[in-house]
Amino acid sequence: MNKALKNHKVTSHLLLIVFSLLMLYPVIWWVGASLKTTAEMSLPSIWPSTPMWENYTKGWQFSPEFTFGRFFGNTLLMEFWNVLGAVLTSALVAYGFARLNFKFRGALFSILLLTMMLPGQVTIVPQYILYNKLQLMDSYIPLVLPHFFGGGAFFIFLLVQFIRGIPRELDEAAKIDGASVYGIFYRIVLPLIKPALVTVAIFTFIWSWDDFFAQMLYLNSVGKFTVGLALRMYVDQFEIQWGRLLAMSLLSVMPSVVLFFFAQKQFVEGIATTGLKG
Amino acid sequence: MKAEAMNKPAAATKLHLTKKLKGTSHNNLAGYIFISPWLIGFLLLTAWPIIQSFYLSFTEYSLLEAPTWTGTDNYANIFTNDNDFKTSLKVTFIFVLFSVPLKLFFSLMVAMMLNKNVKGMNLYRTAIYFPSLIGGSIAVAALWRNMFNLNGYFNHVLSWFGIQGVGWITNPHTSLGTLILLNTWQFGSTMVIFLAGLKQIPGELYESASVDGASKLRKFFHITLPMLSPVMFFNLVLGIIGSFQMFTSAFIVTQGGPINSTYMYALFLYEKAFKHYQMGYASALAWILLVIVALMTAINFLVSRYWVFYETDGGKQK
Repeated sequence: MNKALKNHKVTSHLLLIVFSLLMLYPVIWWVGASLKTTAEMSLPSIWPSTPMWENYTKGWQFSPEFTFGRFFGNTLLMEFWNVLGAVLTSALVAYGFARLNFKFRGALFSILLLTMMLPGQVTIVPQYILYNKLQLMDSYIPLVLPHFFGGGAFFIFLLVQFIRGIPRELDEAAKIDGASVYGIFYRIVLPLIKPALVTVAIFTFIWSWDDFFAQMLYLNSVGKFTVGLALRMYVDQFEIQWGRLLAMSLLSVMPSVVLFFFAQKQFVEGIATTGLKG
Repeated sequence: MKAEAMNKPAAATKLHLTKKLKGTSHNNLAGYIFISPWLIGFLLLTAWPIIQSFYLSFTEYSLLEAPTWTGTDNYANIFTNDNDFKTSLKVTFIFVLFSVPLKLFFSLMVAMMLNKNVKGMNLYRTAIYFPSLIGGSIAVAALWRNMFNLNGYFNHVLSWFGIQGVGWITNPHTSLGTLILLNTWQFGSTMVIFLAGLKQIPGELYESASVDGASKLRKFFHITLPMLSPVMFFNLVLGIIGSFQMFTSAFIVTQGGPINSTYMYALFLYEKAFKHYQMGYASALAWILLVIVALMTAINFLVSRYWVFYETDGGKQK
């Protein structure tokens, strides 16, 4: 019996290791290729004969004017506001929908769910026109502002489900002690939904890091570029220096990877306990 | 489940009413204060743009001059004169048809693999989630172009088996396939949602099935799949909607080429709007996309009655 269980575990591990390697294979190739010369790039070996560390040092110096430090700084600053906005406002909105009774609540919540299905193409043109009219082009405002409007329907929905799982008796008890709805939110609900808010923060960070489309649409001057935009210019500007490009792209995904690794338990379980249940 | 919630507006109102009768008072002011961030954002960045986009779809508008009303000209042109429209619609349908089922199947398999208690699961999860983390960044484009080049690594692996590969991305017959593969490789969020669903299936179900001597396969088809069907439905609906809007990979990996073989609808729309500044035409395209997506979703909801299994209210956890 015990032996069978042990065997079962070994097969599980084996399966997982093989599969992980398969998924990571392109990434392993990527690490090696970031240290190769362009000539070596198409050679079958994974690792270069002599690692070209200068792919990193020279790649980092994007142009005489700017280094990638600038672009990482820009992106991190944008991320700071995005995450702050999403965490702050999604909690407020979710609490409103989950716990308070107000006119048209049901209808408004249905609308919120419906917006998840709306193709972004329908709104992007008028939004672009709006930001253009307000002279907000080439600024971070079109990128950051949407996160302050509840952080997105998906997060609100996730948090509403989470708050619904908190026993109402806690609210009632606080109410008897004289707490207002704002007090209940701040003292009871907010501390309890922290794990779910971590999920919101991580998702927001990773998705905005990758949201190349909006960045491309709204940012024009190189000094304001995000890492993603700088990489794209790298492709256009020089005769593609694959080594440097791959080296810098590898650096560009590191923040998300490190974040995911350290927070992933909460990330996966945050969703699991939030329960996409009815 | 979101889908479930959407099916039950009537039930929600009923609940609402009984509560009112019981004397739970409305707190309109506080309610609207709390939801105001979303409500303002919705009105400003969603509701108003939807109305405006509908209006613009009947105009010609280049951003420089005021829109001029052209009636249904945009729509007429799209349906009769525009070959790019036909091409992009065809490419997009093929993409959806292959990538959605592939991704669902793959994510479910991986989720089942990860739904185990073994040591080092954190590490496995990160490794397997990694491709999804790098998402739509330029990094992926660089990686994919290099992997599937004529001299790329993929062909090298094929040569071990004596197969002569082609330039997968530069060949119009295979380029769309590489994008479907890329999309499947990034199955992370779909998989995580499946994983959450799997964790909610009560273990007793499997135990009693084991007592009855059910095989693994039987358990999968008679317990896992039915119990998971609401989650499957959720992933299917969002997967189809997302795939119809697929933009980034087509834009950064292939730019729609070669010979328009990866010219996705969203890419076509983007070029009309932000390259040629035909905002009216692009708005008409967006509305056509909206109608297609709405139709697909409606069909999904209709068909779901026959295969999505919801627990009865009695069995529901409080």
